[in-house]
Order: sequence, then structure tokens, then C-alpha cells
Amino acid sequence: MTWIFENWDKFLEASGVHLRLAVIPVLLGLVVAIPLGWLANRSRSASAVLMPLSNVLYTVPSLAMIVIMPVLLGSKILDEINIIVALTIYTVALLIRNIADGLHSVPGHVVAAANAMGFRPLRRFLTVELPLAVPVTIAGLRVAMVSNISMVSIGALIGLGGYGQLFIQGFQSNEDIIWAGLIGTLVLAFIGDVLLQLAGRVLTPWVRAGR
Amino acid sequence: MIEFRAVTKRFEDGTIAVDELDLTVEAGTITVFVGPSGCGKTTSLRMVNRMIDPTSGTILVDGKDVLSVDPPTLRRGIGYVIQQAGLFPHRTVLDNVATVPLLSGWDRRRARTRAAELLETVGLPAEFGKRYPAQLSGGQQQRVGVARALAADPPVLLMDEPFSAVDPIVREGLQDELLRLQAEIGKTIVFVTHDIDEALKLGDKVAVMRTGGHLAQYAKPAELLSAPANDFVANFVGKDRGYRTLTFLSADVPVHEIDAVKVGDTVTSNSWKLVVDDTRRPLGWLSPVDGSVEVTADRLIAGGSLYDGGTLRSALDAALSSPSALGVTVDAEGAVVGVVHADDVLKALAAARAAGEVPS
Ligand SMILES: Nc1ncnc2c1ncn2[C@@H]1O[C@H](COP(=O)(O)OP(=O)(O)O)[C@@H](O)[C@H]1O
Ligand SMILES: [Mg+2]
Repeated sequence: MTWIFENWDKFLEASGVHLRLAVIPVLLGLVVAIPLGWLANRSRSASAVLMPLSNVLYTVPSLAMIVIMPVLLGSKILDEINIIVALTIYTVALLIRNIADGLHSVPGHVVAAANAMGFRPLRRFLTVELPLAVPVTIAGLRVAMVSNISMVSIGALIGLGGYGQLFIQGFQSNEDIIWAGLIGTLVLAFIGDVLLQLAGRVLTPWVRAGR
Repeated sequence: MIEFRAVTKRFEDGTIAVDELDLTVEAGTITVFVGPSGCGKTTSLRMVNRMIDPTSGTILVDGKDVLSVDPPTLRRGIGYVIQQAGLFPHRTVLDNVATVPLLSGWDRRRARTRAAELLETVGLPAEFGKRYPAQLSGGQQQRVGVARALAADPPVLLMDEPFSAVDPIVREGLQDELLRLQAEIGKTIVFVTHDIDEALKLGDKVAVMRTGGHLAQYAKPAELLSAPANDFVANFVGKDRGYRTLTFLSADVPVHEIDAVKVGDTVTSNSWKLVVDDTRRPLGWLSPVDGSVEVTADRLIAGGSLYDGGTLRSALDAALSSPSALGVTVDAEGAVVGVVHADDVLKALAAARAAGEVPS
């Protein structure tokens, strides 16, 4: 356990990289999944394509997903973009269903009332339907965040940074370094989850008020 | 004013929800659409603000064809209240009420000031503004729904079974309040209900609709009762329509003075005595006694309903429900003014019947 304290700089750097590689895909994935979730909720045929597709994507092994990226993207093997795109795809696959479910949970009479008040569709979506879908969406975001934090380590196999590098180094030299990576992963996942849970609470004050 | 001109709505599956509806809703009045479930009331209402567009025919609001206005713009000028209130669960009550002003481009402060005024108008305390809809009772949510519909001061208000989901006592309160409010604001209101009592109570005019989207009769409440156009209407307004008609007839019956006694008094009497409290509010009746007796609370027999000094129905209810056959009438403070005699009320009833005002 002494490795962490003796190599605090290295540990922090690995944490920073790990965090970046996990969080950016969550944000990108959310941005991409919102319109797709909207589409899936709105159109039966879109849903018939998107839902099975997202299931299939989610079953692609992460190592395969990451090593195939340079081929698909024409990027260099050591580019961070490889893992960012790969994890974004997982996030999208996970969130489409959540967002579609969240939008589906908005009561029909609330949407009808919004129409009757004179909302135009985009404004209605952004200010009525999407906020009401937040509780369900946050649940999906939490899963995506934690699973991304765990999967970033795979990137080390193709030479990317983060805690995965600590696992490789530790495997080759000092078991202590493995522990450092493991603890870092768990702490990061815990913090990420708590922060998202808090964000969910802040964004949905009405949920607690209703009880 | 809202005009339906030969309006028909046929849904894609072939259902004819509204069939050649011709009807004019006068400005500043409440018109009620009433009829059994599925007869096309909601569809008719929703064609006014273009939630549904007609298959054929024209709807004019203040002379303007609604189809010529883009729906969101049209809707911001027409208040709409629905059964479940349809409040936005994620917005505070105040922001719910401010919705339409904000959509119409008011600045937030002005919209909120207006919303606060409206909460007062519909009888909700100002501190409710900070709550979320889930923290209100059904009746309170309905009031917020009405406030929200009125926020941008639209000339027209559409109400689709707004009080159906609340319990009967709250419903009655909301109905009274709507009538009081309407006396102040004078909107053109179309009110949909399946409850004939609600229709007769609220409507300046009532459109009775029957399944298939046909208009069975469009008339004032008293006329629906006294001269139903056909068996469907006669059935729909009920077997007791003769009795209901009395709601719309004023009672021409004399009010007699009555000696009232108080608890603690000693009385000798061979007739019914009305017992009142110190402010002359009625407490109950004392039945005729032999000799003299002290008035005590446990000798009181509860009285019936009070005569409101207005309708023949109220006079009849009061006289018939009173153990003494004397209907008590009170002033605004609730103090006893006098009594009406059942005999007089029945005579007035017979006269109204002879004049053809009451169907037999
Ligand atoms: N979107 C729709 N598609 C097909 N039929 C409909 C639709 N909406 C309503 N209807 C039918 O039209 C008729 C009138 O419905 P509605 O206006 O809702 O009646 P009400 O409000 O009087 O209960 C009913 O038979 C109903 O089933
Ligand atoms: Mg209806």
C-alpha cells in the first residue's frame, strides 16, 4: 500500500486520465442518446430497429470494440479517441432505452395540457418531457458511469493511460501498484455514482416534494 | 362568440364522433356540452383549439376561422382546463400558472406577478405558489388548472370535465366558485360534463348530445326540463325533471313571522316551536306539549333544509323536510326571518303546473 503515497503524482495523473476517459463518453453518449431515445419513444418502427441494435452493441466485448476502432475511425492505435468512441457507443446503447422509457413515463394528460397551452414541439420536449424523464435517465447514467469507469482500464492493453496502466505495471513488477489501481477505480466509481445521484436530486426537487 | 357551422369529425377508423354540429356559443356565457360518455363532447371541444381538426365544416372564434390560425398561437388565446388538471409536476404552482404568459413572451417577473394574482382569484393562499402540484389535493389542483387557463386573460375558456375527478362536496364548491368567478370575468366558456346536474347548474345554455355526435337539443336549462325536444332528452334530464324544474322557478309564497324560543325558556304550547340561539340562528324544533315544559337541548328535533328565499325547489324542500311542515328562512347572517307553510308552497306549485311551467 505504500506505493500510492510514494508515487502520489503518478497516481493522480492516472486518476485524471481515467476520469477523463470515462466521463467524456458519458456526456457524449447522453447528447447522442437523447434524440435517439426521443425517436424510439415516438416511432414504433424506429424502436424496432434501435432497441435490438443497442442490445447487440452492448454485447460486443469491450476489448474487441476498442481494438477495432482504429480500423473504423482511421485513427492511430494510441489515440484516446478510440476508447472515447467505444465507450460512447456503450453509453448510447444503454441510455437509448432509459431515455425512451423516461419519455414514455410522462403522463399523456401532461403532454396534452402542454399542447393545449400552446407549446411548440421543441420547447415542449426540452422544457416538459425531458425534465420529467430525468429520474429514469439518471438511473441509466449511473450505470453507464460506473461501467465506463471499469472499462477504461481495458484501454491500457493498447497502451492508453489510466488505472489500467497501473494494473499492467503492477503485474510486471509490484503487486502494490495493482492495489493502487483497484482502489482508485472503486473510489472513482463511488464518487461518480454519488455525484450523479446528487445531480439527480438537484434536478428533480418535485420528486421528493410529492411524498 | 364561438360558432360551429356544420362541423363533422370522422376519425381515421371511421368513427363519426361529431355529426353536422351547428351551434353558437354566445360571448360572455357558459355553454355546457352534456351527454353520455363517447357522444363526442371532448372532440367538439378540442376542435375549437385545434387539438383536433374537423373533417368538414367551420369553427369561428370571434368571427375568425380557427383553421386560419397556427395552432400554438390560437391556443395561447384560449384557456383550457382538463379533468386531471394536467399540471406540470416538475414546476411549482406559481410557474404552472405563469406558463402561458411566459410562452407569450412576458418577462418572468411580470408573469409571476400575474400568476400570484390569479392564485388569489381562484381562492388559493399565496404560499401555495411555492409548492409542487403533488403537494396539493385534487380540488386545489383543479383550481390551479383554472388559474393557469386564465393567466393570459383569454376571452375563451374550454373546460373538459374539470370537476369530475374530485369528490362531490369539493365539486359543489368548485362549481359555486366558477359561477362566482364568471360573474366577475364574463368569459365565453364551453364546459363539458356527463353530469346533467352539473350542466343544469352551470349552463346559461346546455347542449345535450347523443351518441354518434348528434345534437339532441340546445336550450336554456329551464327549457330542457319543461320542454324536452324528444325522449332522449327527457330521459337524460331524468324522471324527476318536474321536480328539477322547480330550481328554475322563483317561489311566490308568503313568509310568515314566527315566535322563536331559546334553550332554558319555559313554554306552554300546543304547537311546534322553533328554538334559536342568542343570535337567532335556528337550532331545531320543539314538538307540541301538554302543559308547560322547559326547553332543553335534548328535546330538540333537528330541522330540515333552509329556504333560500329564492326558488320554488328550495321552498318545497324546506317545507317538506321540516318536522313542523314549516320551512325556515334565514337572512345573510343565518338569523331566522320567518317560515313558509307547506300548504302555500303546494298551492304555488299547483299554480305553476297549471301555467305549464312545470311538466307533469
Ligand atoms: N383519436 C380517436 N380515434 C378514433 N376514435 C376516437 C378518437 N377519439 C375519440 N374517438 C371516438 O369518438 C367518439 C367520441 O369521443 P369523445 O369526443 O372523446 O366523447 P366524449 O368526450 O363525449 O366522451 C367515441 O366513440 C370515441 O371512441
Ligand atoms: Mg370526454
